[in-house]
Amino acid sequence: MTAPTMIEQRDELLAFTNNGGCINCGTCTAVCPLPKENVMLPRHILRLMHLGQREELIARADAIFSCLLCRLCEETCPAGVSIPECVRYLRGFMNRHLHHLEKE
Amino acid sequence: MPLPTAPVLGILADNLRLRGSVMPLSRKKATGWADGLDLPRGGKTVLYTGHLYQLMPSIAALTSKLERFEDSLLNRAMGIGRAVNRKINLSSLMGREDRKVREVCEERLRNIARLVKAAGVNYGYLYEEELYSGALVYDQGLDSTFAEHAAKVAEVFRRNGVETAITVDPHTTHVLRSIFPGIVSDFTLKVRSYLEVLADSPAVPVRPLDLDVAIHDSCVYARGENLVREPRALLERAGARIREPESHGRKTLCCGGPIESLFPARAKAICARRLDELAAAAHHVVAMCPICLMNLEHGAEGRDLTVRDICEPLAESFCGE
Repeated sequence: MTAPTMIEQRDELLAFTNNGGCINCGTCTAVCPLPKENVMLPRHILRLMHLGQREELIARADAIFSCLLCRLCEETCPAGVSIPECVRYLRGFMNRHLHHLEKE
Repeated sequence: MPLPTAPVLGILADNLRLRGSVMPLSRKKATGWADGLDLPRGGKTVLYTGHLYQLMPSIAALTSKLERFEDSLLNRAMGIGRAVNRKINLSSLMGREDRKVREVCEERLRNIARLVKAAGVNYGYLYEEELYSGALVYDQGLDSTFAEHAAKVAEVFRRNGVETAITVDPHTTHVLRSIFPGIVSDFTLKVRSYLEVLADSPAVPVRPLDLDVAIHDSCVYARGENLVREPRALLERAGARIREPESHGRKTLCCGGPIESLFPARAKAICARRLDELAAAAHHVVAMCPICLMNLEHGAEGRDLTVRDICEPLAESFCGE
C-alpha cells in the first residue's frame, strides 16, 4: 500500500481540525514566540497544508517539531483555527509516513 | 544542527511501550517523595502526580547531555542509540542526575500534598500503581502510542475505584481532563488541579507573605485549561502583591521548555526573552509547571532573579512550612 498523499490527508485534516477556516492573515506568525529566522512559522505551515504541499512540509519536518504548542497563535487567531491541533496532526503524519514510528 | 527527531521520539515511544514511561523511573524515584507522609493507599480521591516532577531530574540530566550532542558527530549515532535502547534502558545511562534536583522536586510534591491537606481534603495515593500520564507522546503526535498508554492509565483508576484525581502540574491536568475523555471510552474521572482545590477551599494562611511577585503563567494551564484566577487568588490571599509581566494570563509567553530536548538553542533564546519580561515585573518569579521551572531556573542563572515553584511560597504561607 502506498503512503497517502498530503492531498488525501488534507481531507482528513479538514474533517478532524478546523484548519479550513484560516484566512491567511498572519496573526499567528506575528505572535509566535519562535525566533523569526530560519524557522517556518504557523502561517506558512497552514498555507502549505491548505495547498496539500506534502513534500514541502516533509522537507521542513524540523519546523513542525519546533512548535512549542503554546497556543498563543490559537488564542489570537481571528478565525478561531486550532493551529496547535493542526501541528499535532502534522507531527502524527510525519511520525507515521516519514519517521515510521507508528503504523500507517 | 538540531537533534534528529525520529530516533529521539522513537526512544521515548519505545520506553513508554516497553517500560511504561518515557524515561523509566525506579519505584523509589517514583514514590519516594511520599515517604513519611503516611498517605493512605488509593481511595475515591487521590493525589495523582503523573510522574512529571519525578521525571525532571532525569530530563535535566538528559537535556544537558543532548545539548552537547546538538552540534556534534554523535548526533548521527542517535539512530543506533534507539536500536540499543530497545534492549537496554539507555536513558538511565545517558546522564547522571543531580541529587539536589531530585530533592527539590520531591520537596515540591510534599509541599503540594500538604497544601491539599490544608484545603481540608481527604485523599489517598496510588503509590507504585500510579502511571505516567503520557503527555509528552501526545504532544509529539504519537497518537496510537498515547491511546494505548491512556487505556492503561484509565484502567488503573477504574481498578482502584478512583472518582477524583487531584493533579499537580498543567500537562497532567490537561491530558487527563481534556484529552482522555475524547480517546478513552467511559472516562468519567473528575480532574482538579491542586491550585483549584486550594483556591476553592476556605484555607487561611498561617504566615502572611510580604512579597512582590511576578507570575509566569503556564501556557497549558492558562490557554488549555483557563486556569488563571487561582494562582493569583491564592497568592493574594497569602498577602503577596502581584506584579504582572507584560504577557500574562491567557496571553502568557512560553518559556521555551517544550522544545528544550529537541532544539536546545531555540529554547534558550525563547527563555531569555521571557526572563527579560519577568525580570521587568518583579525580582521574585513563581511558576507552576516543572518543565517551565527547569527551563526558567536554568536560564535565570547569573541574573538577579529568584524563580520558585508556586507551591513553595504557598506552603510557607498556608502550612507554615
